[in-house]
Amino acid sequence: MPDLRPMLPELFLFAWAIVVLLFGISRKERSGDSLIYLTLVGLVITGILVPIAGYGNLFGGTFVVDKFAAFFQIVFLLAAFFAVASSHELMKKLSADRGEFFALILLSTTGMMLLASTLELITLYVSLELTTIPLFVLAAYRKDQLGSSEAGLKYLILGAVSSAILLYGISLVYGLTGTTFLQPAMSRLIEQSVPMLLASGNVNMALVMAIVMMVAGFGFKLALVPFHMWAPDVYEGAPTPITSFLSVASKGAGVVAIARVFYTALPAFHDVHWGTLVAVLAAAAMIVGNITAVLQSNIKRMLAFSSIAHAGYVMVGFVALPQGSIVPPYGPASLLFYMMAYLFANMGAFACVIAFEKNYGSYQIKDYQGLSKNSPGLAIIMTLFLLSLAGIPPLAGFMAKYYVFLAGWQQFPWLVIVGLLTSVIALFYYANIIMQMYFSRGETSLTKAHYDRPLILTLILTAVGTVAVGIYPEPILRFATEAVKVFPF
Amino acid sequence: MDSAIAPYLFYLFSFVVVVSGLLVVTLRDIFHCALFLILCLFSVAGIYVLLGADFIAAVQVLLYVGAIAVLMIFAIMLTAKVSGIGIKQQNEQVPIAIITTVAFVAIALYGLGKTIWNIKTDVAIPDNTTMAIGKLLMTTYVVPFEIVSVVLLAALIGAIVIARRN
Repeated sequence: MPDLRPMLPELFLFAWAIVVLLFGISRKERSGDSLIYLTLVGLVITGILVPIAGYGNLFGGTFVVDKFAAFFQIVFLLAAFFAVASSHELMKKLSADRGEFFALILLSTTGMMLLASTLELITLYVSLELTTIPLFVLAAYRKDQLGSSEAGLKYLILGAVSSAILLYGISLVYGLTGTTFLQPAMSRLIEQSVPMLLASGNVNMALVMAIVMMVAGFGFKLALVPFHMWAPDVYEGAPTPITSFLSVASKGAGVVAIARVFYTALPAFHDVHWGTLVAVLAAAAMIVGNITAVLQSNIKRMLAFSSIAHAGYVMVGFVALPQGSIVPPYGPASLLFYMMAYLFANMGAFACVIAFEKNYGSYQIKDYQGLSKNSPGLAIIMTLFLLSLAGIPPLAGFMAKYYVFLAGWQQFPWLVIVGLLTSVIALFYYANIIMQMYFSRGETSLTKAHYDRPLILTLILTAVGTVAVGIYPEPILRFATEAVKVFPF
Repeated sequence: MDSAIAPYLFYLFSFVVVVSGLLVVTLRDIFHCALFLILCLFSVAGIYVLLGADFIAAVQVLLYVGAIAVLMIFAIMLTAKVSGIGIKQQNEQVPIAIITTVAFVAIALYGLGKTIWNIKTDVAIPDNTTMAIGKLLMTTYVVPFEIVSVVLLAALIGAIVIARRN
């Protein structure tokens, strides 16, 4: 019997999902408040269990908790916490199935936590399915709205296609190495590819195909260009708390999976096979995401395109592997830091969108005009998140972009230049909303906003996170730098 | 398996898989599509038998041909509107899809053909793979095996939520 302690957070979260499910079935109260608090308590306890459970390697590598896994587990738990706390308004609109809603969020979070802590491809794939299958249902949760059903269906079909592509890539890796474990796969791939390259000058074509298909499969989850088509429609149609969860946690799941596979099994092939490929996709995501975001009039669609662009920035950190002299902060660490900064700013921005929707019933950017006069608090906190997303000092988004670009500059200076130029475009559409809120001359019909308590909690915590990570980034950066030492480079 | 006829059987099964697969996505009557899907899945089971994977072949027949395909046919028969009515399966993106598919097959054939595969010929295939698979699922791969049951639970809850009438 192995010591199961490192697995405690996942086991607890799964058990808590069942508790929430049964609690939801047994009580038919109107607001769903007690369910929200019950779910939040479960997430907080799981968060406390992560450091208590500690690190470990169980079942020969199918379950591995290291600092890298723990970091992402905290990111996923925070994202789930904020999404659940923003769901109060949605609960009022649902007539049934409230317990199932939170149970599915917890099950999806369990999948993400398992995804972060594995060094084996079958476990990785199964965890990814556990992550996405509840999300298909959650995206389609508003059965009274056609857009929500459309979002669920589109997400389901494209999710299934991307899983199939990913599986094809994984099966090629297995065919080449005879193992599904990532660590032995690396040495076998090197043993196999180097003689081929030296003898006949041939690259290992099957490996190239596997890499391309895995990048495409993970690219769908990350919503990288050109695998982003599903994101705007799904983000727009899904209930807004789920959109916020998708934009951070689901993206984070893609990041953690691609980082585990490529950093553990394929770092030696960075220069010849995948570095430039991912860099080009990152550039495309930054360009397409930012330029298309300018054209949007619906704030959920705008944030969808902005999240596509942010996937591009994250990937700049991803491709910047250290070479020779390591000067922290280098790429992989900046990738982790970026996810944390993006988590607070994006969850906060979506919480503001939910607060606005609750009070004024609109997603149109033009309806935000004059918000500062009637709800100065909401306007100022929304400005904070938008400025962080735009990368303005001294907020978290600025430090994140700074570290990512610093890491990318050594190997891909052109990519950093693309990133800087598109950041200027991004400033334009984020600033547009701020202008609407503060400097619009038009008459406004907005009344003073009212909030519910869990939403206020989300707004305060994300705002504190955005400011704190920006002003005092050292602890997170130090932990991120430590965390990526598990990888062989 | 007699090694002399095995390659011919492989090509026969593969041919049936490809042709019936194409029919599944092109025929207009959704009921016929389901029947060809059964044929397709059956031929895949044949390929598993040729590979000596007897357990996987049995699972393929029991689960895919037996349970899933029958469930699909039930769903079609119980949905009054779709059975017997021709449904157009194509849209204006067919040419792009054909180009993409042909290009992918060409690249895959070229790439996989040029690769030197690490094939071991000295390993004996066990007569009975069921026990080996069972052992692996309960030892090395116990974590994914357990996660799959959670995935099924999540899918079950999701299906009930989506299907339930308010």
